[in-house]
Amino acid sequence: MSGEKVNVVWLGSPTFPNAAHEALQDAQLRRNLKHATTTIRDKRLRAVAELDDWETLRLAGSQIKDRVMRHLDEYLLRLEASVTAAGGVVHWAEDAAAATRIVADLVRAQGTDEVVKVKSMATQEIGLNEALAADGITATETDLAELIVQLDDDRPSHILVPAIHRNRTEIRDIFRREMGKNGVPAPDGLTDEPRVLAEAARRHLREKFLRAKVAVSGANFACADTGTVGVVESEGNGRMCVTLPETLITVMGIEKVLPSFTDLEVFLQLLPRSSTAERMNPYTSLWTGVTPGDGPQEFHLILLDNGRSATLADREGRSALHCIRCSACLNVCPVYERTGGRSYGSVYPGPIGAVLTPQLVGVGSSEHADSLPFASTLCGACFDACPVRIDIPEMLVHLRAKVVDAHRQDRLPKPEALAMKGARVVFGSPRRLALAEKLGALGGRVAGIRGGRWLPGPARKWTAARDVPVPARESFRAWWRKAGRP
Amino acid sequence: MTNPEAKDRILARIRSALRDVPGEERPEDVAVTRDYRDSHVSADIVDLFVGRVEDYRATVTRVPEGQQVPAEIARILAERGVANLVVPPGFPEEWLAGYEGARLTDDPPLTAAELDASDGVVTLAAQGIALTGTIVLDAGPGQGRRALSLVPDLHLCVVRSSQVLPDVPPAVRALVPHRPTTFISGPSATSDIELDRVEGVHGPRTLEVLLVVDS
Repeated sequence: MSGEKVNVVWLGSPTFPNAAHEALQDAQLRRNLKHATTTIRDKRLRAVAELDDWETLRLAGSQIKDRVMRHLDEYLLRLEASVTAAGGVVHWAEDAAAATRIVADLVRAQGTDEVVKVKSMATQEIGLNEALAADGITATETDLAELIVQLDDDRPSHILVPAIHRNRTEIRDIFRREMGKNGVPAPDGLTDEPRVLAEAARRHLREKFLRAKVAVSGANFACADTGTVGVVESEGNGRMCVTLPETLITVMGIEKVLPSFTDLEVFLQLLPRSSTAERMNPYTSLWTGVTPGDGPQEFHLILLDNGRSATLADREGRSALHCIRCSACLNVCPVYERTGGRSYGSVYPGPIGAVLTPQLVGVGSSEHADSLPFASTLCGACFDACPVRIDIPEMLVHLRAKVVDAHRQDRLPKPEALAMKGARVVFGSPRRLALAEKLGALGGRVAGIRGGRWLPGPARKWTAARDVPVPARESFRAWWRKAGRP
Repeated sequence: MTNPEAKDRILARIRSALRDVPGEERPEDVAVTRDYRDSHVSADIVDLFVGRVEDYRATVTRVPEGQQVPAEIARILAERGVANLVVPPGFPEEWLAGYEGARLTDDPPLTAAELDASDGVVTLAAQGIALTGTIVLDAGPGQGRRALSLVPDLHLCVVRSSQVLPDVPPAVRALVPHRPTTFISGPSATSDIELDRVEGVHGPRTLEVLLVVDS
């Protein structure tokens, strides 16, 4: 990195256990999350079951991404050439600061101080709205959920449905309170019916769409062979942004490149069914550079690194970059379902966030990001749901080890490191193991008698949120010696 | 504006990160198994297309090629109260014979405000995808530039049955990549409020599909 701070994590975020502790006290949040995640989970299973070759598609998706990652430099150069040939301009941004500076300069060059935005993880990751605001440029989020979050000066809690933590009544209150301060106000007598709320958003934003000179988008994919860029969406705000303004600026993570246009046949099957659990999302826009007389006559593609090349260097962590941001892993995760997205303190929450965030910011560089690989029960549901077969559980274990390694030289090593050191002593000799087993059984009985389910000392923190099973009175090895021989 | 040094540094970092990849390995050497299905459809693709489009709560009307086409177009537009219709260049004149309201042609190009003030738009399509109930527009003749089928609140799309392809892979292969392309699957929708699907946000809130059955 060139020394600039990446923006993936929200500054000052507490570590996951502390944030989760707080989130778990919020009964409304837990109700909203449970409702939302169970609804989408069941729908996704139905959508996926319709395709009897789903596993084959997942495998192809994963292989295509593998091919891209192993030859990323070559594909990026091909993409640059294709986009340039089609009349677009390609920019390279090493980090968040570089990317936001390029966007701000481009907006200024158009003589405007407002932009409309399509929901985009990449622009959130680089804190684009805040950076533009500091430059006197107003960025308006046009995705309904992003609008809710932006009006409420809140943080998103889900990749796909950023306002998943809000219910309809809360949303109505936000619209009533905030819309008028930012443009067309909410109509009188606004109810909390989703249809009525969507109508209010349509009226509020339409005026901005029709006026906008510059739009900023992300990209779901970009095809290296043709230079075609694609945005997948539902509401039509994406179409508005990539069609109506004179200038379109697309910020794309370098890992989003696909080898060829025909690879869309795989991802346009995998993505909609995994994310919104639909056969196809309502709108997908594909554009290639600039088309005279149709849509923006100026197109800029910003290729963003921001920690991705560093992530690529870890062979076991590399495939986190395969992620197509569908959010299926969030919806199936028992931890996410209970704590919500904001506890992760990162733009990327849930299981994928737990492996992507620490890698993008660098393992060992933030106590908060280092806590994320531990925010999992390793149940494996995320791997089963992932449309590109990212082995998140395996990667979590790998990153846990890296976190522990990164802290070996600390004045106080991680408890995991101490525990493993102890385990080595115990497991190193049969005699010591037998003794430990006896002590364990005895200790368990003592704890059992006292009715407690806690461990003493530093392990107490571990048992604060978990029950310790009482060890068996007799170890397996002891039992085997007595009765085991057939 | 482009920054050649940033580009060189990013590429250098990527290459250094990929030291484990053998220098002689070509991208094509990384296997991609493409034995997924070309199509999941065995039934009649036109019937399936109609059913799937209707699943999105769009209205589908099926008519045989010929005299009934202009009559149905006129009926739909009248029922929807369209008196101010956007007509893209290349839309078959004879199909509008029964429509009596005003027409907005895109020559000179209509402004976004004029499109917003219209009652609806009628277009042709590039293709349909049966399995997913998708209509694909590629700005070809009778479809107009993208804004025409986006800003008006009603979109009447005329698809020929011979344009309907069974599934996503054949549809993608039939596309012309450099054309601005839009996949439309039902009217605009959101599930952002409690994951409760609401039809109609920013795109046309009403999607009418007229399927012309050609032999």
